[in-house]
Amino acid sequence: MNGSTVRLVNISKSFGDFNVIKNVSFNINKGEFFSLLGPSGCGKTTLLRIIAGFEDPTGGAVYLDGINVVPNPPHKRHVNTVFQNYALFPHLTVFENVAFPLRLKKISESQIRKDVAEYLELVRLPAEMSKFPAQLSGGQKQRVAIARALINKPKVLLLDEPLSALDAKLRQHMLIELDAIHDKVGITFIYVTHDQQEALSVSDRVAVMNQGLVLQIGSPVEIYEAPADSFVARFIGETNYLRGKVVSLIDQENAVAEMEGIGKINIYLDKAVKVGDSVLLTVRPEKIHITTEKPTHFSEGFNIFDGFVDEIIYTGFQSKFFIKTADSFTFKVFKQHVKFFTDERSINWKDKVFLWWNPKDGFIVEVESA
Amino acid sequence: MRKNPGPFYSSPVAIWISSFFLIPLGIIFTYSFMRKGLYGGVVPGFCLDAYSALSNITFLKITASTLYIALFSTLAIIVLAIPSAYFMARSRHKSFFLFLVIIPFWTNFLIRIYAWIAILGNNGFLNSMLISSGLFSHHVQFLYNKYAVILVTAYTYLPFAILPLYSTIEKFDFSLLEAAQDLGATKWQALRKVLFPNIRGGITTAILFTFIPAFGSYAIPQILGGSDSLMIGNVIARELTVTRNWPLASSISVVLTILTTLGVVFFMKLNQNASGSVRRIATAEKGVNA
Repeated sequence: MNGSTVRLVNISKSFGDFNVIKNVSFNINKGEFFSLLGPSGCGKTTLLRIIAGFEDPTGGAVYLDGINVVPNPPHKRHVNTVFQNYALFPHLTVFENVAFPLRLKKISESQIRKDVAEYLELVRLPAEMSKFPAQLSGGQKQRVAIARALINKPKVLLLDEPLSALDAKLRQHMLIELDAIHDKVGITFIYVTHDQQEALSVSDRVAVMNQGLVLQIGSPVEIYEAPADSFVARFIGETNYLRGKVVSLIDQENAVAEMEGIGKINIYLDKAVKVGDSVLLTVRPEKIHITTEKPTHFSEGFNIFDGFVDEIIYTGFQSKFFIKTADSFTFKVFKQHVKFFTDERSINWKDKVFLWWNPKDGFIVEVESA
Repeated sequence: MRKNPGPFYSSPVAIWISSFFLIPLGIIFTYSFMRKGLYGGVVPGFCLDAYSALSNITFLKITASTLYIALFSTLAIIVLAIPSAYFMARSRHKSFFLFLVIIPFWTNFLIRIYAWIAILGNNGFLNSMLISSGLFSHHVQFLYNKYAVILVTAYTYLPFAILPLYSTIEKFDFSLLEAAQDLGATKWQALRKVLFPNIRGGITTAILFTFIPAFGSYAIPQILGGSDSLMIGNVIARELTVTRNWPLASSISVVLTILTTLGVVFFMKLNQNASGSVRRIATAEKGVNA
């Protein structure tokens, strides 16, 4: 099998007066595991349906390997879909569901038996072939849907929130398996999800969408560590927002800013700013260190504050601390329950604590010129 | 422990069914084996005269034409009802269309049949349209033949097919059609291979709901039919009221009931086998692979 490149050029889609997709263009590489991530109603499923051929774009073109497929009906595109609700045919057995695309192509019975067995093996479900969909568990239905979508040897596999109906444990498990299947078949996967964990854990690249626009396309690391704007920062993971004004530039890469409720801090300039500009900075909660003792030695230029513990949320593998500063700014800080030093105290409610972070872990997501 | 209240609660239905269905059926069955009275009614005593009259060639011809009219009407109804019900189920104005389907029931059945005379009659609406438009110089004879009977039978029983089909199609998951097309099926293949097998139950009900009343039709051929469209129902009525041969009327009724029952049982059986065949194929395949 071989994947296709997918190129979307100026895709727009409106339902009546409502613009669901606003002039979206991007390229997906051959064999890539590409995710469309965004909140519900952001247009990601519509975009997928346009690629599959269930919706016609209001404008723009979809190129598969350089050929515009917009005029082709769904059955004439080398693209198959794994639907959110599985869409297995209830009147057919697992075997016949998977064989469905082959029967349409009038392939010989022996070849069908061979192919179906091969693909049921791929999704590790060979024992269930004579069962009906109603007799399967959610995870098994999902596997059948994947086998059925792959048996046609598509160039691109579209997955529309395929794991959303499964419970958390099974979802993790299926995700790993999807990744393994992707490695095995080597075709292009386009994966639609609203779950940032899913998107980050398996994708080669992620496109973050909101209100019909693609806000950022990048590797999971880029999306998480260097969000392009405040929406991306907020949507992917949790974060702290610090708002303030640039007061002086130290050099090309560093500046000092006066932040609301915090005071002067050092900021790292991933975007160009001038003195007097308003900036919105994000710092991930796990990048902020929290200690009960004032750190005695740490790198120069790090920001350090004190505050008291306003709230602690215990989540098992880590705790979320809400730290209030003297000017009542609340920091969110994540810390795992590990003690590296024998004299390290556990942090309790109302304790006085010190927060410190490397300015390089902060990202400027919005700049407003003075 | 309280006793099972089931029989108590179901007793009204049991009494109703036995007094107004089973007992009359028994009476008809008994009458069919009696001798006819001089001025109607029956004379006690066993004889098979009524049944031997059934081998009459005229009666067989009437049975054949009744079957023809009923089958043809049912076919026309199903062909019309499936797309209508599909359209209704996918429409945003479902309740409005349901309302439209139910409206005819507000007017009496006989009045609606007579209304067709006003439409199809020699001086009716259709003929005046055709003549005034200059297409025909003389009126066309639309009424009093088997086609008029088929048309009005189809019209009368169409809602009985649309309603069960609608309720089945409404429950159908339309994303399955998208899945089928995604997997390489054309629109028509998707309907044939995915929609139809999944609404089989609705189609069966629709056929039964229309074929049974159409086969036992009386009023429509009586009012709109001609000599070519005499149906079993009309023969029964004639034997009962005009010829006054009650045993014969009864024997025909018994035969009609048995024919209908056999037809229904045969049809259900056929249907069951068709849906069971998938299972058998799958099991066979498993055997081959094992």
